[in-house]
Amino acid sequence: MSLAGFEVEVQRADADGGVVTEDMTLSMGPQHPSTHGVLRFVVRADGEIMKEAIPDVGYLHRSIEKISEKVGWHGFLPYTDRVDYVAAMFCNHGWTMACEAIAGIEVPKRADYCRVIADELCRLHSHLLSVGTMAMDIGAFTPFTHAIREREYLNDLFEELCGSRLTFHYMRIGGVGWDLPPGWTDKLSHFLDRFEPLIDEYDRLISYNKIFTERLGGVAIITAEEAIDYNLVGPNLRGSGIRYDVRKDIPYSIYPELEFDVPVGTGEMGAVGDCFDRYIVRMREMRESCKILRQCLRQIPDGPVITKVPRNFKPPAGDAYVRLESARGDMGWYVVSDGTAFPHRCRIRTGSFSAISIVQRVSRNLMIADLIAVIASLDLVAPEIDR
Amino acid sequence: MSLINSAPEMALTTTVDDLLNWTRKSSLWYMMFGLACCAIEMMQTGGPRADLERFGMAPRATPRVSDVIIVSGTLTLKMALRTKLLYDQMPEPRYAISMGSCANCGGLFQLAYSVCDGVDRVIPVDVYVPGCPPRPEALTEGLLKLQQKIQQERWIVRKSEPVGVRA
Amino acid sequence: MGLDAAAIHARLRERCGDVVGPLEGQGRNAWAVVDAARVKDVAHVAKSDETLRFDCLSNLSGVDYPKQGHIQVVYHLFSYALRHGFVLKVNATRDDPVVPTVSDVWSAADWMEREVFDLLGVTFTGHPDLRRILMPEDWPGHPLRKDFVEPQEYHGIPTSRESLLKV
Repeated sequence: MSLAGFEVEVQRADADGGVVTEDMTLSMGPQHPSTHGVLRFVVRADGEIMKEAIPDVGYLHRSIEKISEKVGWHGFLPYTDRVDYVAAMFCNHGWTMACEAIAGIEVPKRADYCRVIADELCRLHSHLLSVGTMAMDIGAFTPFTHAIREREYLNDLFEELCGSRLTFHYMRIGGVGWDLPPGWTDKLSHFLDRFEPLIDEYDRLISYNKIFTERLGGVAIITAEEAIDYNLVGPNLRGSGIRYDVRKDIPYSIYPELEFDVPVGTGEMGAVGDCFDRYIVRMREMRESCKILRQCLRQIPDGPVITKVPRNFKPPAGDAYVRLESARGDMGWYVVSDGTAFPHRCRIRTGSFSAISIVQRVSRNLMIADLIAVIASLDLVAPEIDR
Repeated sequence: MSLINSAPEMALTTTVDDLLNWTRKSSLWYMMFGLACCAIEMMQTGGPRADLERFGMAPRATPRVSDVIIVSGTLTLKMALRTKLLYDQMPEPRYAISMGSCANCGGLFQLAYSVCDGVDRVIPVDVYVPGCPPRPEALTEGLLKLQQKIQQERWIVRKSEPVGVRA
Repeated sequence: MGLDAAAIHARLRERCGDVVGPLEGQGRNAWAVVDAARVKDVAHVAKSDETLRFDCLSNLSGVDYPKQGHIQVVYHLFSYALRHGFVLKVNATRDDPVVPTVSDVWSAADWMEREVFDLLGVTFTGHPDLRRILMPEDWPGHPLRKDFVEPQEYHGIPTSRESLLKV
């Protein structure tokens, strides 16, 4: 509401009668048609060219970290879904991994496979939305409806698995909540058979469309050094050329047994680290996720899906920092326990928080329409930023 | 205006009312006020499977051209002030749908320090849709209930005293 | 390819002296407590030293320990060049927590320090733009502190709601 701290610059006319110009200060948000959530940007623009776009966040701050101290270890799991509701399985996985790290709990093999299957399906879920809304923000409405249509099939699979379409609460401390239903693995294979050619169709539809590549190629180039300095993670980091993936470099769960590639931006439409690179890395990651899912379906063993954990869970005092590769990158969960039934502190470090902090630097001398492309390519979601 | 409002209710006025209400309920343009998780379900409801366009509803970005505001998601205190501003900018007749538990009553975030417990603290709500998040079918039912409510309104002839007040 | 925690700790001790405390914990979560006033020097060394090369600040959190009387700021460092990590912890007194900023060493610290300032009240000296980030500008208090009391209302909106269940 307030524009306090955002001064207006007025350039006076020079002696022989030039034109007096004044910078325009626009407030984009917090309500806007872009689907990335409630974000606000205070844009100082000289006509169409921006001097700076200063992000203003906190409109979705739901104090999830403080609530962890009130509801206990098991009770916090539904709240983790809401930390990043577009990719909720990763948040469940992060919290359960952190609790298991503090208490030293071993998860059964089948539970790990169920977790990875759920994770990779969720990665498809999230990337489809990200790519679809990016196309919609650039102006193409049709790819968005294609993405929503595919997400409906994924929602059916999720609903059969855990009962919910969006906020799953599928994982528990020690394993997962329910085993895979009978016949579900066949449905998943049919879905993959149907979906993999559709990624190519999506590529033909939008990825190499001339308007799309012109809008994204060469816009908002983030170099590798800047990406590391600002702590960008996930597809944003890989779009700048750095081949780093938590699943390969700090492997957790059963990822050491799976084979997949890590796609990296190559600057095919402009320079390495532009918006198009970040977009195409996500498209390629969807193909890798399909590969991982097929391997999991072949290799999944039988067995229990949860280790018995007491209802009144009291891990020993200590702290743990676990990292996992969420759809938006390296998500870090720093959990401190003081030996009681309630966590002492839970801190969630998300990829979108760092990504939005680079927008102010990257937006200099871009046009206002390019700001939309930048926000969409960085895949910002408001709940991750504000928690 | 006063002549019309003081005329007795006749078959003609009720038919005109029905016609006006039918045109208005069949073309409700909603403002996308997607705040949190329910926004994703609102987008899925507007998608190909549970299609909202078949009811004549189209998503609009600005409050100035919309009839309904679908408040989907948690309303924080920081956002509540802006919500009132946006609702005030909508031209009448306007309606509000509160979608999801967080917008109805704060939902599971009632424990939070920064959450406004329910959007009816700042704007008057017509239909509450429960769920966390509500399925597309639930949101569709909420919108159909809103259509039923609109169908029962009377514009040409209004009652002279407010409903519910006894002399 | 990278060093393990003991080797990193030994190198930091060698370059910075007694400012870096003894190594505690084990494995990937091993940490060392650093003197609050000298954390910026340690950060410069960690980033520039050839065998350490911590080019990324992976996480910056604040934890409130009312019983021990301090607020702890935890830095998780990571090196993309050498693929190793380390944890530094800094204790600041609860009454007037002041820590020098590291935002000129790692730009990622800019917003993370703003969040710790907003939610816990730690002042980071030398920060370019230290103001509230998640809460509204006129919010009283620092919410993540253990002794935070929720205000009764904010701009006329009450912050609690009576239970909807009537027993």
